[in-house]
Amino acid sequence: MYTFLIAVGALLLLSLVWMVYRIQTLVSVVKGSDRKIASGSNKVNAILFLVFLFGSGALMFWYSIKEFDNYQMPVASEHGVITDELFWITMAVTGIVFLITHVLLFIFPYKYQYKEGRKAAFYPDNHKLELIWTAVPGVVMAGLVISGWMAWSDITAPAPEKAHVVEIMGYQFAWDVRYPGKDNVLGDYDYRLINASNSHGIDFTDKNSIDDFPSPRVVIPKGEPVLFKIRARDVLHSVFAPHMRLKMDAVPGMPTRFWFVPTKTTAEMRAELKNPEFEYEIACTEICGRGHFSMKKIIEVVEPAEYQKWLSEQKSFLQQNPSLAEGLKTEKKEIAGIN
Amino acid sequence: MATATVAHHDTEVHGHQDHHDHEHHDNFITKYLFTTDHKMIAKQFLVTGMFWALIGGLLSTLFRLQLGFPDMNLEVLRPILGGWIDEAGKLDPTFYLALVTMHGTIMVFFVLTAGLSGTFSNFLIPLQIGARDMASGFMNMLSYWFFFVSGVIMFISLFLKTGPAGGGWVVYPPLSALEQAIPGSGMGMTLWLISMVFFIASSLLGGINYVTTVINLRTKGMSFSRLPLTIWAFFLTAVIGILSFPVLFAAALLLVFDRSFGTSFYLADIYVAGEALPNTGGSPVLYQHLFWFLGHPEVYIVLLPALGITSEVIATNSRKPIFGYKAMVISLLGITVLSFIVWAHHMFVSGMNPFLGSIFMFLTLIIAVPSAVKVFNYLTTLWRGNLIFTPGMLFSIGLVSFFISGGLTGIFLGNSAIDIQLHDTYFVVAHFHLVMGSASFFGMMAGVYHWFPKMFGRMMDAKLGYIHFWLTFVGVYMVFFPMHYIGIAGFPRRYYSWTNFEFTNLYTDLNMFVSVAAIITFAAQFIFIFNFFYSMYRGRKASLNPWNSNTLEWTTPLHPGHGNWPGEIPTVYRWPYDYSKPGAAEDFIPQHIPLSQTPESNLPHEQELVKLELEIMKEEADLVANESKH
Repeated sequence: MYTFLIAVGALLLLSLVWMVYRIQTLVSVVKGSDRKIASGSNKVNAILFLVFLFGSGALMFWYSIKEFDNYQMPVASEHGVITDELFWITMAVTGIVFLITHVLLFIFPYKYQYKEGRKAAFYPDNHKLELIWTAVPGVVMAGLVISGWMAWSDITAPAPEKAHVVEIMGYQFAWDVRYPGKDNVLGDYDYRLINASNSHGIDFTDKNSIDDFPSPRVVIPKGEPVLFKIRARDVLHSVFAPHMRLKMDAVPGMPTRFWFVPTKTTAEMRAELKNPEFEYEIACTEICGRGHFSMKKIIEVVEPAEYQKWLSEQKSFLQQNPSLAEGLKTEKKEIAGIN
Repeated sequence: MATATVAHHDTEVHGHQDHHDHEHHDNFITKYLFTTDHKMIAKQFLVTGMFWALIGGLLSTLFRLQLGFPDMNLEVLRPILGGWIDEAGKLDPTFYLALVTMHGTIMVFFVLTAGLSGTFSNFLIPLQIGARDMASGFMNMLSYWFFFVSGVIMFISLFLKTGPAGGGWVVYPPLSALEQAIPGSGMGMTLWLISMVFFIASSLLGGINYVTTVINLRTKGMSFSRLPLTIWAFFLTAVIGILSFPVLFAAALLLVFDRSFGTSFYLADIYVAGEALPNTGGSPVLYQHLFWFLGHPEVYIVLLPALGITSEVIATNSRKPIFGYKAMVISLLGITVLSFIVWAHHMFVSGMNPFLGSIFMFLTLIIAVPSAVKVFNYLTTLWRGNLIFTPGMLFSIGLVSFFISGGLTGIFLGNSAIDIQLHDTYFVVAHFHLVMGSASFFGMMAGVYHWFPKMFGRMMDAKLGYIHFWLTFVGVYMVFFPMHYIGIAGFPRRYYSWTNFEFTNLYTDLNMFVSVAAIITFAAQFIFIFNFFYSMYRGRKASLNPWNSNTLEWTTPLHPGHGNWPGEIPTVYRWPYDYSKPGAAEDFIPQHIPLSQTPESNLPHEQELVKLELEIMKEEADLVANESKH
């Protein structure tokens, strides 16, 4: 029934549009406006450009100001403050260009709309003007690039020696987290060792792997450098921690990395945002299949002392699941503390 | 066929008079299907492009429904989508990815590459440089039919049980190589690759033809410095295509090997679906380099023709010469060269060496300079003009606006430090939909409205054109401008829903707004479709030169036959932008009017050329006289 009514409605609407169209065509034929170079519509279009300029301009300013706190995500890493600053500097520069060019682009149509008897200016070139507007963007771009390049070099520089290492492995459709344990060195892995009980493919014959431990969350200390070692097990993924301004693809066969210094604990951020449920999140930003939109991991930033306490409480893979140690020599089992 | 004899552009070819008699022997198949007439091939590309644009647009409304109204019951779509609507009436997440992938593939390749370049390069190159047809009409025909076959294969893939390719339009392996990872990487991906191979062949056949034609078949007097900017743009676009599409072919071929023959170009250390694969040593990043070596130039393949069309339409309807013709050509050349050395800015966070990122950041931001020059030159062309708002002109002004808005956000994304946060968020979606998608689409629309009278001998309805423009122009901004906010807020691309994360659990209202705007904008395109087909048969009869334009195509008869000019091809004596020249009676002087006929408006350096011109004309006349004696 509904479909029928909708169909009838649509049909009526279409015939109405059709009639209006025919009538306006006939009227314009009678008035002879279709023979003029520029009909009355020329003026209407010219005015509409102005209306669009002011209407959409007002809408943009209103929404940008009203929503600022919503789209401006709080930042919680040292380099994030710098990239945010670069972002807003670029916004200011491009914003000015955006406004000036658009004001001109929409005012000119109004101001120079067709008038019978007037002749347009024959103005084919002006080398001086052209040189200026080639050079000025050139210089401005150079400034932006150099500041961006300096920030980029710092961000991608090798991580400090003392950085806390966390391994994040992406797979369809979740992240697995591994810590290197007391030695701060991750054990070797081989994707052929992966099975139901060893999802990371850790090679437990490597002594560095003995104290490695898993964690359901990424727990990191505030104010100390943290190094994410990132890898993928099946297809491309991308680690995106928006509050940390951190993003790096996870590539099968090619480990990647990203280091940063978190500046606010989860608790501090909760207080700042007055949101007791707030959590730092990791999402996936490289299309990876059906569950791409659901690859979530929580990051918990804590005070360094609390972090040390948490570290000492963790149980290694081997302690949690002694069957992984099958086939290992007894001495290694002793080191691992499972005999 | 008559084409063989008339393909010579040489003005002294004998007996053009009889060639028109041959025209009437064309039957339906040689006239409309396997035609070698560049004008008909252009129309074939245009109509096919429009068909694909509707499909591509329809796909986008489907996924916008999901994003704007995640709780909506889509049971009504079951008759079309079948099993892709689950029991609860929701869109399947895998199919969502397939929709996004197909939308991208179709719009980028079928609509904005074939539909735009294919249409206007074919239509305008011979007409504007004064040639009887393309250098090879046969290759040109093949170019269309390869595109057609490519389209048929892609279309079939839409109806596979496992769905079409679903790994994003960039089809990065390993996702696109492993059927276990996503069902679309099975048969759907195979068809995608086959389709692209045909498409690349089509593109190369077309491109080689365009380049050859522009270099060899220009009419007398049509030096490169007198080419309309449209031709410059089509020419350079074809050059870019010839140099970059083969690299996509290489990338696709290696992917075929990895998928079907057990090689490991892109695959390494993969454990998927409970099984460790034997592949080691490959690199997914290698594919990304190869893909973007085409992918980035592809952006300019899509954009340059639109900029060329805009230059022509804006100059004509401002009744002013395009400002800084030379600067426009140099910036086109600059963009062409630079387009090949910026590709890795798509890969700042792909895990490639960060030093490489620094280099590509410098190169990328350089490309902003020629782009800025183009914008300033368009603005100065409008300044102190006498603007006539034909629908073509409106769309051209719209293009400039999108080019500015989308171009400026490129400065953010080209800066690798800022890109860390913005990469693969909706900010990117907003950026490229404005600067490449909408700008190129508007260029295409401007071209259709402007050259429709030459294509079909009739006018499109201007009022419907205005309504179409304003709905689309406002609509496009309503769709893509809000995406900047969503992107700055960190919303990742290609997400089926936002509710899993706290940081994306807002802006449901804005997403709804975007979806409604998208659907309205899509619906508005039917005004154009109606106007197009109705005017083709019932539109007002066009005059020979409805826009009082200078270029050569307007010197042909209302319905040019195969061969374009019934008599000799006109000779060109001046550049194409002599609008509102001081002293001239009319506000335009077409290219084929000799300087010697316009002493009242000649500039001093042109007046010096008059003598030379008269000498050449005399020699010509003698030659013709001698010829006729024999």
